[in-house]
Amino acid sequence: MNLAIRDIRYHRGRFILTSIGLGLLLGVVMSMGGIYRGLFADALAVLEFTKADIWVVQQDTNGPFAENSRIPEDIKYRIKAVPGVAEASPLSFQTIQIERLGKPFRFFLIGYDLNGFGGPPLIVAGRNIRQKRYEMVVAKAMKMEIGEKIHLGLHDYTVVGITGKVVSSGGDPAAYVSLADAQDIQFKKDNDAIRNDRERIGANLAGVQSLSPAQAKFLKQNIAGITESTHTVNTVVARLAPGADIKAVQERIRRWNHFRPISVEEQTKILTKGMIEKARMQLGLFRIILLVISAVIISLIIYTSTLDKIKVIATLKLIGSQNRVIIGMILQQSLLMGAIAYGIGYALILLTYENFPRRIVLESFDLQALFVIVMAICMISSFVGIRKALKVEPAEALGG
Amino acid sequence: MYAIEVDKLTKIYGKGETAVTAIADATFQVSPGELVAILGPSGSGKTTLLTSIGLINEPTHGKVVIDGATVADEGWLPGIDLKRLRREKLGFIFQAHNLIPFLTAVENVMIALEINHLPKTEAKKRAAELLDSLNLGHRLGNYPTALSGGEAQRVAIARALANRPKVILADEPTAALDTENGKNVMTLLKKLAVENHSAILVVTHDHRMVEGFDRIFHVNDGRITGEKSN
Repeated sequence: MNLAIRDIRYHRGRFILTSIGLGLLLGVVMSMGGIYRGLFADALAVLEFTKADIWVVQQDTNGPFAENSRIPEDIKYRIKAVPGVAEASPLSFQTIQIERLGKPFRFFLIGYDLNGFGGPPLIVAGRNIRQKRYEMVVAKAMKMEIGEKIHLGLHDYTVVGITGKVVSSGGDPAAYVSLADAQDIQFKKDNDAIRNDRERIGANLAGVQSLSPAQAKFLKQNIAGITESTHTVNTVVARLAPGADIKAVQERIRRWNHFRPISVEEQTKILTKGMIEKARMQLGLFRIILLVISAVIISLIIYTSTLDKIKVIATLKLIGSQNRVIIGMILQQSLLMGAIAYGIGYALILLTYENFPRRIVLESFDLQALFVIVMAICMISSFVGIRKALKVEPAEALGG
Repeated sequence: MYAIEVDKLTKIYGKGETAVTAIADATFQVSPGELVAILGPSGSGKTTLLTSIGLINEPTHGKVVIDGATVADEGWLPGIDLKRLRREKLGFIFQAHNLIPFLTAVENVMIALEINHLPKTEAKKRAAELLDSLNLGHRLGNYPTALSGGEAQRVAIARALANRPKVILADEPTAALDTENGKNVMTLLKKLAVENHSAILVVTHDHRMVEGFDRIFHVNDGRITGEKSN
């Protein structure tokens, strides 16, 4: 006869409630693990979808995600000419926060060369960008409709397609526009600002006595041309030809002195070790604390449940029951409670994880490891109850 | 052969100046089929005597023999398996029936049989038969909370009898019952003692319940002060 099952059957209400409570706690532990993994997935999402071998950024920066990086767009031609490089494509990144439907609306805008790569990885609805201007592909998480317009910078942009789960390293959903649009949104000044700048340049040059009016006019046009140019990008990504030596390509670009060629491994390190390290550690620590709390709660539950059964245990001992019967009863209850609570936690997280504001990545290894940990906690926790049970004297069954 | 033999049984709690003699030089024998009462006021040492015979409390001095096997001689015999002896030779009936609350009536009897390694199906059959013989055939699936005090005590008696023990030890078995139910339990115990050829030793302080006992030992201040045969 299985005493653990009989006890659970009799006290099923209490057992179910306890398991639900513990299940909710384990659900939180699982979600913490999912957020922890999600941080990695988010941080590396753009990196993975771009499928580039080298990220060329401004010299002495960790750009474009960790630091500001600005390089001229036309460097793409020079990079493309490096032996071993198969393709090179400029990319522009910026985080935008606007007001939409009366609420703050934040997203990560990626500008890409329509003839290059680094665009939306997968179109789940609508189509990809075809026109060079004013079209936009947005991530599903932005909850925008195809055909919807959004005002950015000086112009309106129409949503023509929906892409999957592309997010910035900070977890903001990504939107794609053409590189020209992204540059306009990021750098193009409005007409008043342009007029003001030109006036200021003209006034400054007018104060230079050594310039003739013709020279001053010529200089003004050139300086304005430079300050009004939007042909700047944050990075140029490159894909190597099969068999190309990445170190040699990097060395060649590094020798130009103005750029830093970052390999995917280095970029991964910058993103994971630098940008999300603290959040990762915080989550990891929080997860450990929650597991310790779970262990304490399980121990208390098992211990109080054993205290409730002191008379039963004493009676069992008095009628000659072997210790294994009593140990089995406590241990099986503890393990069963852990397993059921785990199941409840898992079901809970499975039903809700899509609705979390940040990405939850449930990896089977993490879930299996957590199950083993929960079972180990239950086993260790039950020792407290077992220790108490083994100390119970049969004589305690006597008396009223 | 006696079912119980007690020779100069002494139990002392504590040591030196704080030592308390709970039972001193108790000597008696109980034959199979005999119903014997140990009567005495609270704190007289009757429960200590019962627990020493019941292999729960180690005697300080003296000898205890159960069903011909010496279990204690100036303390437990070395290597003795007390649990096995309790399982096989002894049955216990408690003041508050001590049924396991999460087991049904039949399961409460079955557990004693299963602990003694009887297969489940056989244990269930035997438990049901036992309860039926005690007029509890209609209560097999009921939990203790659904049983009356008398019914619960009869289930406890069935559990004590389950392994057909040579000795049944009862600690105030009627204390939690009204007079009528108490008398019914005592009548039942007497019947079972004869039918099962078991020695039944009952500890009680209730003088009203001692009718029908074969012998009555009076205990006072740890000593057997008198013996009366009916």
